[in-house]
Amino acid sequence: MEGKKRTIIPFGPQHPVLPEPIHLDLVLEDEKIVEAIPSIGFIHRGLEKLVEKKDFIEYVYVAERICGICSFIHGMTYCIAVEEIMKLNIPQRAHFLRVIWSELSRLHSHLLWLGLMADAFGFESLFMQSWRLRERILDIIEETTGGRVIFGSSKVGGVRRDISREKMQEIVRRLKVFEKEIKELSNVFIKDASVQHRLCGVGVVSKEQAYALGAVGPTARGSGIASDMRKLGYAAYKEIAFEPIIESTGDSYARCLVRIKELFQSIDIIAQAAEKMVDGPIDIKVSGTPDGEFFARSEQPRGEAVYYIKANGTKFLDRVRVRTPTFANIAPLLKILPGASLADVPILILTIDPCISCTER
Amino acid sequence: MHFFVILKTLVKNLFSKPATVKFPFEPREYPEGSRGQVVIDTSTCIFCGLCQRKCPTAAITVVRAEKKWSIKRMQCISCGACVDACPKNSLKLDTKYYTPDVTKKEDTYNA
Repeated sequence: MEGKKRTIIPFGPQHPVLPEPIHLDLVLEDEKIVEAIPSIGFIHRGLEKLVEKKDFIEYVYVAERICGICSFIHGMTYCIAVEEIMKLNIPQRAHFLRVIWSELSRLHSHLLWLGLMADAFGFESLFMQSWRLRERILDIIEETTGGRVIFGSSKVGGVRRDISREKMQEIVRRLKVFEKEIKELSNVFIKDASVQHRLCGVGVVSKEQAYALGAVGPTARGSGIASDMRKLGYAAYKEIAFEPIIESTGDSYARCLVRIKELFQSIDIIAQAAEKMVDGPIDIKVSGTPDGEFFARSEQPRGEAVYYIKANGTKFLDRVRVRTPTFANIAPLLKILPGASLADVPILILTIDPCISCTER
Repeated sequence: MHFFVILKTLVKNLFSKPATVKFPFEPREYPEGSRGQVVIDTSTCIFCGLCQRKCPTAAITVVRAEKKWSIKRMQCISCGACVDACPKNSLKLDTKYYTPDVTKKEDTYNA
């Protein structure tokens, strides 16, 4: 420690690159980070406690509002957990609609992330282009569910809206055109020298480290761990052919590549689901109250989310506990920060795709 | 090594129409089925109060004796639970959103 002077730089909760508040105390030696101490809890809203006030049907609306970006998957996972406790048999069509909306939300979340990433390394026109394309997905979401951010289409016992066959074909057609445009956009992320300069070799997490620290989602897959909860086969994923996308280098560039490839994968899954979708009802009538407990796991754009629900036979649940993907990814983040230079901190924080509002609920 | 890969996209953007709508001058087209604000047809409403009971944010108040239906617009989350619950189909979700305001007003409708 001789001769080296340490400086502590507070980073966040307000910072131009952070869309949401996380605070890190960065301990620096010159420009190099030696330690990062996080503190979270700036936007705790007490949504888990709210389950005592709202009955189990109304709580879907609260679950959807846990996160503003992966709202549909939050609501869906909650519904799956309640349905499992109540042993409800959901119509097959509802399962396929859930897959389609999940993938649409993955598309818009990844495009949002690509834009934020471009903004973090100062590539403004790439940022604008990503968000411009994301707007198309939001339009599809608004046409099918009625909301742009909060879908509001999940409910216990199925889904609330249907997509007609013609509409579905039109969406698949539009996504085909869209695919060409994101190909053009992703070329910039994959090939451009300035992008590679900022991402390649920055923030490396080895496979062993990622496993030991419990990384989830693209952070884990970028390090070569093939963990994708969609493979569990919830909703209609068991009927869809896909393989988790993995990259082996484990740096920021690998995590970026995983997300880009997932864009194309999502479009493919939507096309498959549209083809395999069966006709029939979209929901069933729910009567009675849940009694029991269940762990539901789902793959969100940011990784695996776990919902634990305990019901007591009344219409108010005992407990809802959510483990969000960002919470699991904070540990790998703290591992990659030491050794990095201060200028890379915004990029490193963004590579885990932090969603603090769902972490703190 | 590739440089300026985005150039093609940028040149294309330069000669194409803007992606955004000049909002106050050009109207925003809402797609069919967009969840805007709740509208009520008081001529068919029977003031049963089902919408009040189903509302997850307690935004709706129904007074049966006075035939009064009121909604706190700022509290409404446009989920459509009241529309689904209405036995007489008096409630509808308009595609237009509620206009922004600085006070939390309550809109009241009488039969």
